Amino acid sequence: MIDKVVFGVLDPEIIRKMSVAKINKTDLYDQEGYPIEGGLMDPRLGIIDPGLRCRTCGGSTGDCKGHFGHLDLTRPVINVNYAKLIYNILKLICRSCDRILLDEAGLEKFNKGRKSLKVLRNLIKTKCPYCGERQKKIKFIKPTTFTEGSAILSAAEVRERLEKIKTEDLTTLGFKEVRPENFVISLLPVPPVTMRPSITLETGERSEDDLTHKLVDIVRINKRLKENIDLGAPEFIIQDLWELLQYHVATYINNEISGVPPARHRSGRILKTLTQRLKGKDGRFRHNLLGKRVNYSARTVISPDTMLDIDEVGVPLSIAQEITIPVVLNDKNIGHIKKLILNYPSWPTVNYILRSDGAKKKITEMNKEEIAEKLEVGYIAERQLQDGDWTIFNRQPTLHRMGMMGHRVRVLPYKTFRLNTLNCPPYNADFDGDEMNLHAPQTIEAQVETKLLANATLQIRSPRFSGPIIGATKDHIAGLFLLTGNKIKISREDVVDIVRFCNFEIEIPEKKTFNGKELFSLFLPKDLSLEYKDKSDTVVIKNGNLVAGSIGSKGMGAFKGKLLDELDKQYGHSFAKRFMFDITRISLEVLTRYGFSISIADLDLSPEIDKKVREVIKKTERNVDKMIEDFNKGKIKAIIGRTTRDSLELSIKNMLADILNEVTSIVKKDIPETSIVLMAKSGARGSIINIVQAARLIGQETVKGERIYIGYHNRTFSHFKKGDISLESKGFVTNGYKQGLSPFEFFFDAMNSREGLMDKSLKTRHSGYLERRLIGALKDLKVEYDGTVRDSSKKIIQFIPGEDGLDPSKIQKGGINVAKIAERI
Amino acid sequence: MSQKSQKEYETILPEEMIREIDRVSKLKKFDEKKREKLTKEVQKVYLNSAFEPGEAVGIIAAQSISEPATQMTMRTYHFAGSAGMQITLGLPRLIEVFDARKEPTTPTMTIYLKKEFNDQKNSEKIAKKIKEKRLKGFVESVSLDLTNKVVKIKLKPEYEKKFEKITEILKLKFKKYKMMRRHSVIDVSVEDDIEIKELQRIKKKVLESIISGIPKITNTVVFNEGKDWVIRTLGSNFEKLVKIEEIDFYRSYTNNIHEVAETLGIEAARSVLLSELNSILEQQGLEVDKRHLTLIVDIMTFEGAIEAVGRYGVAGSKASILTRAGFEETVKHLVRASVRNEADNFNGLFENIMVNQQIPVGTGMFDLIVRMEDE
Repeated sequence: MIDKVVFGVLDPEIIRKMSVAKINKTDLYDQEGYPIEGGLMDPRLGIIDPGLRCRTCGGSTGDCKGHFGHLDLTRPVINVNYAKLIYNILKLICRSCDRILLDEAGLEKFNKGRKSLKVLRNLIKTKCPYCGERQKKIKFIKPTTFTEGSAILSAAEVRERLEKIKTEDLTTLGFKEVRPENFVISLLPVPPVTMRPSITLETGERSEDDLTHKLVDIVRINKRLKENIDLGAPEFIIQDLWELLQYHVATYINNEISGVPPARHRSGRILKTLTQRLKGKDGRFRHNLLGKRVNYSARTVISPDTMLDIDEVGVPLSIAQEITIPVVLNDKNIGHIKKLILNYPSWPTVNYILRSDGAKKKITEMNKEEIAEKLEVGYIAERQLQDGDWTIFNRQPTLHRMGMMGHRVRVLPYKTFRLNTLNCPPYNADFDGDEMNLHAPQTIEAQVETKLLANATLQIRSPRFSGPIIGATKDHIAGLFLLTGNKIKISREDVVDIVRFCNFEIEIPEKKTFNGKELFSLFLPKDLSLEYKDKSDTVVIKNGNLVAGSIGSKGMGAFKGKLLDELDKQYGHSFAKRFMFDITRISLEVLTRYGFSISIADLDLSPEIDKKVREVIKKTERNVDKMIEDFNKGKIKAIIGRTTRDSLELSIKNMLADILNEVTSIVKKDIPETSIVLMAKSGARGSIINIVQAARLIGQETVKGERIYIGYHNRTFSHFKKGDISLESKGFVTNGYKQGLSPFEFFFDAMNSREGLMDKSLKTRHSGYLERRLIGALKDLKVEYDGTVRDSSKKIIQFIPGEDGLDPSKIQKGGINVAKIAERI
Repeated sequence: MSQKSQKEYETILPEEMIREIDRVSKLKKFDEKKREKLTKEVQKVYLNSAFEPGEAVGIIAAQSISEPATQMTMRTYHFAGSAGMQITLGLPRLIEVFDARKEPTTPTMTIYLKKEFNDQKNSEKIAKKIKEKRLKGFVESVSLDLTNKVVKIKLKPEYEKKFEKITEILKLKFKKYKMMRRHSVIDVSVEDDIEIKELQRIKKKVLESIISGIPKITNTVVFNEGKDWVIRTLGSNFEKLVKIEEIDFYRSYTNNIHEVAETLGIEAARSVLLSELNSILEQQGLEVDKRHLTLIVDIMTFEGAIEAVGRYGVAGSKASILTRAGFEETVKHLVRASVRNEADNFNGLFENIMVNQQIPVGTGMFDLIVRMEDE
């Protein structure tokens, strides 16, 4: 268990101590292709080639994590990541005696106040209070150069100054256990080869890691610098080389410094160096440390299967044979496992046996008898997935916790995952090619938690809005609406047939014919009474009998189902699950028996309606024309703070918003009860507005909330007059999709649709980042044992979670209904 | 302590629910015994519906906001029909609120009036009064006299009655400049010799100066809302408006959270934040439980100042170094930690995920110790 990680800056001494090799050679391999000792691929730094043993620790690939080496820099260089900090320190320090430029009184004052370097900077004197030295102005030229007055401060000088700062002054500056001279690198740790493995291409060529390339540059320049100094080369050459060394070390640490050309590979590709390895979405942190790849998981296309329960998932046999669950052998299960092993190669069997000594054996046709014979208590058998195993099923994007739920395995033929269509809303899944993932928990704790906490049955109520999120959709609702309407009469034989299709416990009364409501009522608990308003009528349930109204999306649907909500609260998740399962199967059975289809003729409107609609459109056109005329005559009254043109535009827009509503109400009143209307009315799919737009009138098309204005100069098409603001030229579509659109109308409609598409793709980006930020801010808030909400440093955020302590996934909307409880007393 | 409050003290129910029990008991004419039974029953239900220790309420709240955010529109909508003010709504507004920007893209106020002024005539008068009016609105033409370095501003003749007053205001505002009025023309000049560039600057400065009304209130609309006459404004200046006598300070509202925090304090800002979030979601027809919103609002304000949700706010001020490094600006946080010799104590989620340890939330919050029986 790691319970603490301390960050610091490495001291040269420590680097030397942990180093196993001094690196000073520029070549990596000799003629035979073996790594050179003292080169950057020194065998003492760890191994990457399988089969070899590490020269330092003797471990093989995997066991040996690698060892650091070191490189003596001939001249020190600034660490770019600390350059700004070094500057901030230098400014506060006397250039001759290295004390903080503040007398004792000032220091005392500073120590009492807020301790930040910024505050200190405003307090310091220009003359040292200790030695009287007058300070020169220090400047910082990005990325690594410092000047004092007109002279350049070399890295060596900087290091010298930092070295001389007294420890007590460092405490004042806010440093603890860290020496600032270490911000200037004099001894470079060389990372182990395991951190920068080379790969061998098919041609036999070796391709080195970016870090190795960069390190080679550093070693080479370092060597050249040393040689030149030893030879007594002129100062300017040494300066140039020193600067080059500084450049290489800087880009080795960070290759994205502004103002510095990035180091490139021979091919021209920009190298990925240390900072780049850690940073960003594909960096070590977000890519590898916070996102982990797992074993014992599967992914494939999903398809619907209403015969499966809500908390089941259909798993293809080929996946069930691949994914395993470990079973520790004991004297109770050893016989069973033996049987499974002998069952090889047919499912279910065991894939591997882990012996107590750690050896792993794969079961084959050849060795199955032998292994079955030698089984011992304490061995671990990796057995194949079986019916009833608890797994976690997931669809991306996993926007809420219901995107990962616990399901029981049902091994089925064919190659797709199967799930009940009731589970579509929480996963937001459909079957147009969606894929989903399955995870098999390996430990018993995980399996139990999957069953007791993640279980799909327990997720019926969403914590977001305290309502059911698993529930009927689409066909389920159309079928239920049809069934519980007043049209269907069913004979007893059919009722028995339909009911026994899913439920054997329900008693079916002796009666010759049933109507749909009676059939539905068979499944309701006998003491349930409920009344709610649906779109068109009021639904009344009295003592377990559906008395009036048809069940639509407001009754059984996901998100809105009132009946579902009530059943789940009063009778528990398990009952709600069973009820949903039964009732949706009945609903689908009704659809198959009685038929349900839509046709283009469903959208036929009677001539009377058409006439009325035509009149409404004409009337609006006349009104708008009149308004434009008024405007041209200057008779229009401006709204305060607006120009007259804007006011005209506004009143036209308001008028157009009304026309669609007017037409909708005309159509709604007189349209025959066709299938498509039934779908809209029940809430299965589509709305009345959709029907109106398809059948008769699309209405005004808009781009960015305005009537269409993009196109030519002052007009939308060259076919209109300039400045034309009539309905036709500004994107008002007088036809429905069924009648067909004029070319202009078609183009305007396409503009509107395109805007919708762009909007959608932009939106996902923005909301995705919003989610990441929200999670970043809120992730470690949890309810503590004392009932408060605290963050990870135990600061109290809320004294009572959600202000009343109620978990929204355990209550109905609005909280606890005291009056209802009082009725029971 | 009286007997009644003693009993209340004993129950774990929140105050509101106890009030509800009282109300129901009174309505149903329950006696003491029945009331107690009811309390017990409610308590049972409450305990069954309460959060359990270890519940990751933060994650749930974050998901509950961002899941419906994917269904929001990107567009800005018009407000209040005929008035036609454009107000930012939907996802852009939601992001803006979480960013805790100093000023919303469309700041707006809803102003209610005190009883004695709550009528059409007064409300329109006030609406007119508070709207900011800049000098350029009164000006017919402006010319520069380059030889004498004078800005000549000619006012519109229809404001003749106000010429004197406008000049007075300008004189008060710009004490450095010399103002001379000859009928409808105001000459603005400076004593020192200046460049023409500077003259241009003066012209702009004077023209943009506010003559009357309240700064930042660029537009006002009056409409009727049941019993009340309400003024909606574009632009917000809560501090100044609240001081106007006719305004009902208790009901008036602004969507600029920082203004509220400055004038009324952090608790008021918290409730404005909450109602802003609520109205954004409501307007989009999305349902999110209030409890989640309170948590987000609380974490944005619990430090005493409004903190944004993001790298410069709540997420950037987390205690754990590794968490911050994993969120954004990885290297910056690592460097800073190394300098201060900081330690990461592995109390949060991300740190533990990074090193493959169980997270201290939910069933990972506790350890199990088995007491072995004596052999």
